[in-house]
Amino acid sequence: MSASFERGYQALKEQIDAPIAAFLSSCVHCGMCAEACLFYTETGDPKFTPIHKVEPLRKVWHQEYSFWGKLARALGLSKPLTDADLCEWETLVYDSCTLCGRCSMVCPVGNDIAYMIRKTREGMAAAGHAPAGLIGASRRAVTIGSPMGVKLPALQAQIRHMEQEYGLKIPLDVEGAEYMCLLSSMEIMNFPEYLGSIAKIFQHAGVSWTLSTQAFEATNSGIQIGVSDIAAILVQCIVDAAEKLKVKAVISPECGHAYMAIRWEGPNLIGRPFGFRVLHILEVLEQLREQGKLNIKDREVRKLTYHDPCQVGRRGGVLEQPRQLLDMVAENFVDMPEAGKMNWCCGAGGGVSTNERADELRLTAFKRKKAQLEAVAPDALVSACSNCRIYLEDGLEEYHMDIPLLSLTETIANHLADEKLEVIHHDPHLQ
Amino acid sequence: MTDVEFLLWVRGPAFNAALFIMLAGMLVRIMEILLLGRKPNLAAARGSAAAGGLHTLWRRSIPDKDSFQRSTLVIVAGYLFHIGLFVTIFLFVPHILVFERLLGFGWAGLPSTLIDAVAVITVLALLVVLIHRLTSPVLRLLSTTSDYLVWALTFLPLLTGWIAFNRVGLSGPMLTGLHILSVELLMLAFPFTKLSHAFTLLMARWYNGAIAGYKGVKS
Repeated sequence: MSASFERGYQALKEQIDAPIAAFLSSCVHCGMCAEACLFYTETGDPKFTPIHKVEPLRKVWHQEYSFWGKLARALGLSKPLTDADLCEWETLVYDSCTLCGRCSMVCPVGNDIAYMIRKTREGMAAAGHAPAGLIGASRRAVTIGSPMGVKLPALQAQIRHMEQEYGLKIPLDVEGAEYMCLLSSMEIMNFPEYLGSIAKIFQHAGVSWTLSTQAFEATNSGIQIGVSDIAAILVQCIVDAAEKLKVKAVISPECGHAYMAIRWEGPNLIGRPFGFRVLHILEVLEQLREQGKLNIKDREVRKLTYHDPCQVGRRGGVLEQPRQLLDMVAENFVDMPEAGKMNWCCGAGGGVSTNERADELRLTAFKRKKAQLEAVAPDALVSACSNCRIYLEDGLEEYHMDIPLLSLTETIANHLADEKLEVIHHDPHLQ
Repeated sequence: MTDVEFLLWVRGPAFNAALFIMLAGMLVRIMEILLLGRKPNLAAARGSAAAGGLHTLWRRSIPDKDSFQRSTLVIVAGYLFHIGLFVTIFLFVPHILVFERLLGFGWAGLPSTLIDAVAVITVLALLVVLIHRLTSPVLRLLSTTSDYLVWALTFLPLLTGWIAFNRVGLSGPMLTGLHILSVELLMLAFPFTKLSHAFTLLMARWYNGAIAGYKGVKS
């Protein structure tokens, strides 16, 4: 038994808790989870059946934590988990699962299969069976501070660029601000308009906020690859910055897994509750809308539909807010069939987008999203995750579909009433 | 051993032993799960874990529309044989007498002819489930020897019960004895196979719903 396999085995063993034991005890091999998984529905290959992907974890549970399994193992009647098993399962656990959690909503006995695949990755990574792309991203996240290698000067350049374009000041390291905003590398590099948009919206609504030069990166490769130690280091970095600036809340940007990492896994990773709140940008925007602080000048006339990022919606609980916001800003917002908590994944979450080896499979699985989009035929597709956005665009291009992608935050910013004009309008000297 | 002696043995010592193994085995099984425990969730809750758990406990019995369309056969056949088993086990008058002896109280049953019809439907549903397991590529990949053993152990009491009720072939005591024996085999297998899902599914649904409910999602 090699040292790395031993490490992986121990890691799997440590993951097993009462929910996992209940789930694995309850599976009746009905196969319904296959029909909930876009990797199965679009390929028809049975090996993509979600519950099959947790087989390494099941074997460890069976031989370590069940009477029957322990007995069979003692008598030499069971086939123990081997390194070859882990090697074989690597692509199933990383390439053909986005941790979207749709299977967890369908299982008739109630198994949270995505929860188990997330845990299986801890063992796979510990045993050295993680994809090269994710290993590289995790290394860059720890050494440079960003999975895409984005350093502070790059952010500062984008800040200057956005300040010029929007004519606004972007606050940096402001102590005592109400909110500290995080950004994903993709937003900094590909969609800096997100930064300009929040600056515009927050000025419009009179919200005090700041960025931190110490922690601006929201993404967390640690939870994608399944290494809790790395994930905890990245979370700690944000916690330290938020506490130093004494902010009331940290805002997770338009990114699915970043929200999962900081909102739901974060306190558990560092082993203590946060002294500040964590909100998704859509939660903040919806609060502002409810308080009447978002005045729009006009509404989007195109037919819009909304793609729920899995970790924001189904796995994160932010399902109503985007719909309220879209109803405010769009005249013709239509949900796709199965939208909301049963939405189909873009196919690129959970680290799949960082794993080049999975590209072909990802594009095949995209046919599910394509079918869901075709049912509505929108003029534009809105989402709230820059990873979804890039890979939805990639999929649409692959299948020659001409549907522009919009960020919900940017869409709202684009339709905000111009405060300066309002001020002029109310100036008595001009009347 | 005469047919009557056989019947007395399966009704007496054999039944008690099977009942003890089933109940003790299930207790061990459930304790094995619960003793693993859960780490407390340190993230601030958005919703109630308990409300989510309770919601999923019952709600997961009703498939959503799209899942139903995608897995119609599994759901319809699955529902039929589960309801069929419930009706034949708990609403057949001679069975209720057994429960009355064990528990000290009974309940109203259904007419035997109706039970007979339900048994036939249940047998057919189980056959459909078996054919599906043997032919679906997904189920062929997932299925283990245990799945087929459990199928046979579920099927046998229905078959022997139907034969005993309709008095085909052997003597009355022998047919009844064989029927009870087949039930005892099912009881013995209960804690050691996926049959235990009848109990552990309550925990699985609870945890699933609680994990989602804590985050403010109804699963």
